[in-house]
Amino acid sequence: MKPLGVLEETRVVVATDADIVAARMHGRALATRLGFRATDATLIATAISELARNILLYAKTGEVAISVIERGERRGVAVVASDEGPGISDAARAMEDGFSTSGRLGLGLPGVRRLMDEFRIRSEPGKGTTITMRKWTQCRQVDRAGARRKGHAGMREVR
Amino acid sequence: MQVPILKQGPYLIATIQSALTDADIVQLRDALVEQVGRFRSRGVIIDVTALDVMDSFATGTLRDVAHMVRLRGAETVIVGIQPDVAFAMVHMGLTLEGVTTKLDLEEGLDHLNRNIKTTAGR
Repeated sequence: MKPLGVLEETRVVVATDADIVAARMHGRALATRLGFRATDATLIATAISELARNILLYAKTGEVAISVIERGERRGVAVVASDEGPGISDAARAMEDGFSTSGRLGLGLPGVRRLMDEFRIRSEPGKGTTITMRKWTQCRQVDRAGARRKGHAGMREVR
Repeated sequence: MQVPILKQGPYLIATIQSALTDADIVQLRDALVEQVGRFRSRGVIIDVTALDVMDSFATGTLRDVAHMVRLRGAETVIVGIQPDVAFAMVHMGLTLEGVTTKLDLEEGLDHLNRNIKTTAGR
């Protein structure tokens, strides 16, 4: 696989609910500039909103890094949401629909994963959580469908 | 950014005009639930046309508004959910079950006018 290039990166510190709005607006602007359709820009903005809120709810503070990425001819948006909060003891279960430790709506991670092309979570109890997700511009739709048929759905593994 | 709430006859109309923080949405919820009593309103319309994102928090809080307003004896209609926003909500698995939604403000008003007239006629 061709190496992943990071062309530009913006970091948004998440410490208040206004930062959630700032992060998702930045993500939408970047996606639009990259040529994502409005629908996909909304999916990206929604995914960023969810992850930024999880940081605020579970870790109090953290950071959302939004970058333009490329791999070969492909271009896309990468979002890395990281915190040094309590972490998730069972990241695999957190990816199951309807799973919640707080008794509320849950982390909403399965829903967020459906908005993006690639999704990876790394979490260690007591050390924090880092979620990396990517979405590629339209031109690679066909390839993604092909990859799904062969059973590869991008970086789906949960550690 | 506070959402202006307009009193129009027996209805309250809240028109969201920009992206809202979680605190803004909670404030809107509390204001609507309080004003339904103060103005003895029969219906509430929340126009979300300008809302950039309907994530789990916004969806959950708007659902709460509708249910709380119903407990206060009035009806809520959410109008103006944009196609892209609807698409994202469906992908996320977010629903507004039990909440009346209409295409736009006109349809929302029409719905309330018909429903509330029926009730008054009994």
